[in-house]
Amino acid sequence: MTDLLKAVEAKPNEKIPELRPGDTVSVHVRIKEGDRERIQEFKGTVIRLRKGGNEASITVRRMASNGIGVERTFLLRSPRIDKIVVERHNVVHRAQLYFMRGRTGKSARLKQKFD
Amino acid sequence: MLKGLIGKKIGMTQIFDEQGVAYPVTLIEAGPCYVTQVREPQSEGYSAVQLGFAEVNPKRLTSGELGHLKTNELPPLRFLREFRAKDHDLKVGDKITVAEAFAVGERVDVIGVSKGKGFAGAVKRHHFHGMNATHGTSDRNRAPGSRGSGTTPGRVYKGARGAGHMGMDRVTTQNLKVVLVDAERNLLGIHGAVPGPKGGLIMIKEARKQ
Repeated sequence: MTDLLKAVEAKPNEKIPELRPGDTVSVHVRIKEGDRERIQEFKGTVIRLRKGGNEASITVRRMASNGIGVERTFLLRSPRIDKIVVERHNVVHRAQLYFMRGRTGKSARLKQKFD
Repeated sequence: MLKGLIGKKIGMTQIFDEQGVAYPVTLIEAGPCYVTQVREPQSEGYSAVQLGFAEVNPKRLTSGELGHLKTNELPPLRFLREFRAKDHDLKVGDKITVAEAFAVGERVDVIGVSKGKGFAGAVKRHHFHGMNATHGTSDRNRAPGSRGSGTTPGRVYKGARGAGHMGMDRVTTQNLKVVLVDAERNLLGIHGAVPGPKGGLIMIKEARKQ
């Protein structure tokens, strides 16, 4: 039965590397405006990573102007996602980084992980 | 062609269209079904087609069931269900597959047997509100309250809603959209939820209210 569920899954996007919570990423999303298509970048920290075939998703948080946090959830198998670039790995000790929501400025920094 | 099939619920997932819109989809392993009997107005008084689904070890069927299938040289089939159909050119022994019966974009009604909930209270079964959490209420938070009047009539009217067995009912969900037809794997993808547990028997018909 599970094989049949897997049969209708979309192919994984090859331009999405392996992601981890805490990564600083820039997500390139295809956006349709009328009949024109352009690519928009959304850069931030992965605060949640959900696995599971067609339902796999990440939530990316970034600080917009005036210190307002913006979070967007992207479905990783969606054809709207062009690619994802991992800009740096960070040291985190949690799977879900919801504590970042309460932090701004200096306390919202994460330590870079080199590997 | 008859717009009806018997199938087995596989489970839910989500699929994307070309624009990237994600749809919640229930997958059904639908067919192939065999026509096991054609009912005619002259002989039975109404028109219908009996379909059979799921080949099974002949030991699991009664000799009556086997005899019914054997006269028409059909394989042993576990489930037989009737579909009302007037204008069709089906004969006993015909095979119906998903691709023949349904196409992407069509509307269907889906019939299943809902998940059994056992003996359920009035709050769960009929969406009663229950009682206060505070203001002196003790041990009565999910009680149904009064079921009727006092000495007159001195009894509870028949049909008053209360606790009792819930689920395991035949449920029809109307007007669902077909979003996927996979002829190779006999798969049917339907937008939205479908009654019953995974592995449950499902009947799919053309939508009555389109």
